[in-house]
Amino acid sequence: MPVTSVNPQTWWTIFRISLEERLVYRADFALGTLMRFIPIVTQVLLWQAIFEALKGDDVAGYQYNDIVAYYLLVLIGRAFSSMPNLSEGIAQQIRDGQIKKFLIQPIDLIGFLLITRVAHKIVYYGIAIGPFALVFYLCRGFFSGWPDTVTLAGYATSLVLAFLLGFFLEAFIGLIGFWFLEVSSLLFVYMLINYFLSGHMFPLAMLPEPWASIAQAIPLQYLAYFPTQVFLGKIQGEMLTWGLTIQLAWVICFAILCRIAMHYGVRRYSAFGG
Amino acid sequence: MSESPPSYTRVLAVLARNSFVRDMNFRGNFLIEVITAMFWMTMMVSFYLLIFQFANEIGEDTGWTKYRFFIFLATTMIINGLMQAFVLPNAAEFSELIRLGNLDFALVKPIDTQFLISFQRVNWSGYANIGCGIALMIYSLIHLSHVPSWLEMSLFVVYVTCGLGILYSLVICLASTSVWMGRNQSLYNFWFYITTFSRYPMEIYRGPLGDPLRLIFTFMIPIMIAINVPAQVMAKGLGEAESKLAVFGLFATMACLAISRWIFGLAISAYRSASS
Repeated sequence: MPVTSVNPQTWWTIFRISLEERLVYRADFALGTLMRFIPIVTQVLLWQAIFEALKGDDVAGYQYNDIVAYYLLVLIGRAFSSMPNLSEGIAQQIRDGQIKKFLIQPIDLIGFLLITRVAHKIVYYGIAIGPFALVFYLCRGFFSGWPDTVTLAGYATSLVLAFLLGFFLEAFIGLIGFWFLEVSSLLFVYMLINYFLSGHMFPLAMLPEPWASIAQAIPLQYLAYFPTQVFLGKIQGEMLTWGLTIQLAWVICFAILCRIAMHYGVRRYSAFGG
Repeated sequence: MSESPPSYTRVLAVLARNSFVRDMNFRGNFLIEVITAMFWMTMMVSFYLLIFQFANEIGEDTGWTKYRFFIFLATTMIINGLMQAFVLPNAAEFSELIRLGNLDFALVKPIDTQFLISFQRVNWSGYANIGCGIALMIYSLIHLSHVPSWLEMSLFVVYVTCGLGILYSLVICLASTSVWMGRNQSLYNFWFYITTFSRYPMEIYRGPLGDPLRLIFTFMIPIMIAINVPAQVMAKGLGEAESKLAVFGLFATMACLAISRWIFGLAISAYRSASS
């Protein structure tokens, strides 16, 4: 049944329950967020060492401060676009038969997962904002100041789209479970490629051809690299509008792919278990 | 009735064989894990190849030029592969044994509990990392035109073993806390993040942020020694300062093992069965 046909009150209740459920793990969230900054320390020192022995003036247009700011901003991008346990959760529900409750109840699976994920992220941001604010305050010297309003608006939009793209992309991988049941290996390969080509590991501007063109052509850069470039002011004006449009197109593309996978997946699904 | 002590070597061989049979039951999964390890190595090497397009070495006058640094990377892969093969799957299992009360079965067996808990499962796909590491090391040594002497190779093996001992001790200490905490998922994340400091040459830890970190992770929690010393033996040889560090590494390994043994003993004596 489509999402829109369900009473908004139902979705509000699901959202509220998910919020309360996620708040149970608030201490784990706060600790996890602080730990995520540990690798940044080594990244800062590694890049400091690299810049000490630099052959030229910069690394693919990045100065040392830009690189550190880049890694810090990538963490924000990843906080929006990463979807822990989404694909595994969907595949698990297909495998053990739990998914059949969504086939007989008037609740849409993808809509339900989206609402619970929004709740999860809101709780996460609410708690993680403390550690994030502290680290960004300590590292404020690496930034050249606040960007202008247009850039900030573009950045906020790109983060929301990164969240939606991350959600639909990983939900689609989970829905492949209708055909393969076990998607953990596929997911692991995806995570590795994602780490490399989303800009999590290094700024994609460092890539030589043809890898740079490949990275530009696939949607992974919109999960972390693109929003970060927007904040750093490296994508502006028409390029920003164009970039956001492509990002939105990828979101719509994967949302449609999810619907198609759900539609055909349910048709071939056989429910086992009591 | 007196019983002869168990042969630990035979027990280890049996546990390894059982794990191998188990892994071979899931050959597809095993193959994917091997491919993933190779893929990961390719990604790491690609990343540093990109870096070396822009810089001559990692840190000014550190001596960590391209192929020397690849030897460091290879050493990291070998040690991480050994940890993944022998230690990490068992440490993750230890927490579940405590939570479900299944530790009782290990305690009543006539063999040292720490040995059984530490080595009951061998993850053979971890060897893929070791293989990749060795391949990368040979490739780097060929490019450096350096044939390591028997002494260097022997010292490398000794210090890889020491590195394993240090990292194993850290894992055992963290896993032991499961007895008091019930479950410690965050602490395993903590292990992953804290060992990040060991994965880079210690020369990069300089300045107001780097110096204290180098001192803490060399002398208090000596994880920096785990990879740095064997990598230096193979890539650069041991100078006077490095030799002192290497000697310290031997004592640090023994101290870490002794401390982890003591903490494991404390944990076992605090254990209360959770089963009915």
